[in-house]
Amino acid sequence: MHIPDGYLGPVTCGFFYAVMLPIWTIAAKIVKKTLKVKQVPMLAIGAAFSFVIMMFNVPIPGGTTGHAVGGVLVAILLGPWAACIAITVALVVQALLFGDGGITAIGANCFNMAFILPFAGYYIYKAVSYKSAVNSSRRIFAAGLAGYLGINIAAFFAGLEFGLQPLLHHTASGQALYCPYGLNVALPVMLGEHLLIFGWVEAIVTALVIKYLQKQDADILGEGGSKQ
Amino acid sequence: MKIINRFWIFIGVLIVLSPLGLLLPDHFKAGTAWGEWGSDEIRELAGYLPAGLNSLSDLWKAPMPDYAFKGWEDKPLSYLSFAYIFSAVVGILLIVLVTLLLGKFFSKKEE
Repeated sequence: MHIPDGYLGPVTCGFFYAVMLPIWTIAAKIVKKTLKVKQVPMLAIGAAFSFVIMMFNVPIPGGTTGHAVGGVLVAILLGPWAACIAITVALVVQALLFGDGGITAIGANCFNMAFILPFAGYYIYKAVSYKSAVNSSRRIFAAGLAGYLGINIAAFFAGLEFGLQPLLHHTASGQALYCPYGLNVALPVMLGEHLLIFGWVEAIVTALVIKYLQKQDADILGEGGSKQ
Repeated sequence: MKIINRFWIFIGVLIVLSPLGLLLPDHFKAGTAWGEWGSDEIRELAGYLPAGLNSLSDLWKAPMPDYAFKGWEDKPLSYLSFAYIFSAVVGILLIVLVTLLLGKFFSKKEE
């Protein structure tokens, strides 16, 4: 889901930088208000976790690869705004240091993976786990469902961004200038592979860690998340 | 043990296991992620190389492209696995540093 340089035209790149700018600003303000000093190491762990989990490329045999983002878990533990900042840090390092995701596409990639994914996941988790006990199995289900849906909604937006390019930018003869695949290909592929494979990876990672935390340190489940 | 230390150990285990993200796709003959192809691949797939894509795709020269050292494209998987772990360590050190600095800036008041 890391869109490289050259796949999105200037309009789309500029648009998503413009969208992310106020989101980053609000995130900074809110986190500044709510983050306690003792939670700072958790923010670092959240960013590190998201970074390293994205290195686990999962193969579709004979086809492509994909990976979990870990962002829904970070959002459940730290709240969606702190998760937005943590995942943004991970994505920027991936783009600058490792060329994973383009620098022109940092706005779009952050919109998909650092905004849509943690926010969708967080509110689905909150809704499904509403008023359930901290150690209930409904929480584990809620975490899995939030992971699955969160990454799929993000993949839908990535597919939309890819697929709009041939409409936005093409030569007189109809050749695309940037991503050559339209909505009819990009949307079903991006959604399909995440619905079938990568969504389940995000779901399992999220649910397993929540289940582990219920046993080990249930306090943490009542902290970051419930505050916002 | 404090939960925070367990988290760090968990991150450490993930770093050591990270080459699985390289070896499994290789074993199952899975190629590049959809929409993340290089110029040659896309020319083959789409039948042409889109002009704008061509001019932008090399815009940024990452110091460790694809979580490996420059010029290591054709090295055996054992080398690439080492580079992958090294990349994970460097990436995480940088991320932790940036996040702690941000956190220091964000969380100035104690509750």
